[in-house]
Amino acid sequence: MACLKVERAGLFTTVQDLGRPGYQRYGVPVGGALDGDSLRVANALVGNAADAAALELRIVGPRLRVEAESAVVALVGASAELLGDGAIRATLPPNRSVRLQRGDRIDIAALRDGATAYLAVAGGVAVAPLLGSRSTSVLGGFGGIDGRKLADGDEVPLANDTAPAIPSRGMRQAPFGRKSVLRVVLGPQDGMFTADGVATFLGSTYRVTHEADRMGIRLEGPDIAHESGYNIISDGIASGAIQVPGSRQPIILLADRQTTGGYPKIATVISADIASCGRLRPGDQVRFAAVSIEEAENAARAHARFMRELVAKIGAGEEPSLDLEALYSQNLISGVVGDVDA
Amino acid sequence: MRFLSSGDTALIVEFADTIDRAASARIVRLAAVIEAARLPGVIEVVPTIRSLMVVYDPTRTRRGELESKIGALESAPDAAGTPVRRWTIPVSYAEEDAPDLADVAAETRLSRDEAIARHAGVTYHVYMLGFLPGFAYMGDLDAALRLPRRRNPRTRVPAGSIAIAQQLTAIYPAESPGGWHLIGRTPVRFFDPGATPPALLAPGDQVRFAPISNAEYRKIAGAVAAGSLRLSYEAIG
Repeated sequence: MACLKVERAGLFTTVQDLGRPGYQRYGVPVGGALDGDSLRVANALVGNAADAAALELRIVGPRLRVEAESAVVALVGASAELLGDGAIRATLPPNRSVRLQRGDRIDIAALRDGATAYLAVAGGVAVAPLLGSRSTSVLGGFGGIDGRKLADGDEVPLANDTAPAIPSRGMRQAPFGRKSVLRVVLGPQDGMFTADGVATFLGSTYRVTHEADRMGIRLEGPDIAHESGYNIISDGIASGAIQVPGSRQPIILLADRQTTGGYPKIATVISADIASCGRLRPGDQVRFAAVSIEEAENAARAHARFMRELVAKIGAGEEPSLDLEALYSQNLISGVVGDVDA
Repeated sequence: MRFLSSGDTALIVEFADTIDRAASARIVRLAAVIEAARLPGVIEVVPTIRSLMVVYDPTRTRRGELESKIGALESAPDAAGTPVRRWTIPVSYAEEDAPDLADVAAETRLSRDEAIARHAGVTYHVYMLGFLPGFAYMGDLDAALRLPRRRNPRTRVPAGSIAIAQQLTAIYPAESPGGWHLIGRTPVRFFDPGATPPALLAPGDQVRFAPISNAEYRKIAGAVAAGSLRLSYEAIG
């Protein structure tokens, strides 16, 4: 079987695609890539469809050996070393498709920029889809490789034993950075906080703690005061919802969040900024800026257009660099300026 | 009914801030009506105890548009209702399958048999699924059995555990941490990612529990493992 043999699993390496919406009513989390933008770029670099499954790497990446005649891979969000027989042979260029041969090994050590990176392989990771997705659901114990993060010795199945002949594709620089201002729409339960509590949330800087994983990111900073009590009868949890439990510290809920919950949600990160949340790493500092729902919807449309154009340029072999102009316009919503992706 | 936003991908249609069967029935009905209407841009609907979460693609629709369409659907007269599914779930309340039953009986000043009779004597309504894939929140529990959650949550609750807390009862579909009182165990499988739909229960279903012995539990568990048990439901209404 053509595969990537896992010599060292890394911290939390999982198979992910764009997730499995449609089953939240049964308690099944949507899951999927924490940073869907980088996954899209990685897939585009190897000529895959946007929803092909890839490996998601967190904080410390894996070491993998190619057990196939050849494989075309692209790494987005990290750099790696390409190993021959024990000795370092070369650096695997990031943000670029690279053709590997049987026995080649790639070693992705500590991620230096964001917390999340993607290794896409032409043809995709060929685990069986469940409920319309190949994503690993750790909560459900299914999807990906046995519903868990990779372990040493695992074999990540590939669709092809011989890589398709595709032209080399690349980007001239890393596609994304991390925003230090996250745009939010207040609610659905902002009314359960004091006016001071909401002002504190919007006016303070919060730091990403080490409790940051695929379910969510626990932040620390000034306390956010509830009006009275912090338990509600459970309701649904949307992507990016920011809940504030009794600790008075905010938690941003991400891909593997549970579908329902009983803590009030002061605000929700807009969809255009979710991928950036997925790249946040412990120690990062963020602020929140409130926008209206219409502004959030407009930002979603601008972001989708930006990603469509970026993927099209990669597909056309243009080797795009970041279009700062486009990023500015994407972030300029009614005077609220998010930090430009670096 | 009121509309709330959770960002630009979820419109929350809120009906109650309590656990209320009439509100739940409206939530489940609205979910079915929205599904049937196939509104452009709607990705999925998620019924919960207090509200319906309508998940949408903001590049294909907008909150304002959805709000007016959903408002019209909610106020449209009821079409012929779909029948409610009523399940009968076999439960062993035997000592080895019910680690907290003695404590529950003591705290509620009921005999063990009386506690079982009160738990198994009610037809429950499935309010929502959440917490874990296939985990159904059901109510309402007999008033005499209502207790707060355990002070010390367990790190490991076995799959199939029947649990109670406050006015709700639930079944753990998989092993997980949990803070509810465990008063029985069922061999039935409640979640299978390879099945369509993946969960046995859905919001709006009715559930009754039928007491069985531990010997019967083991026999049914054997049939479940062999794949030869297929639980069926009664369609009512």
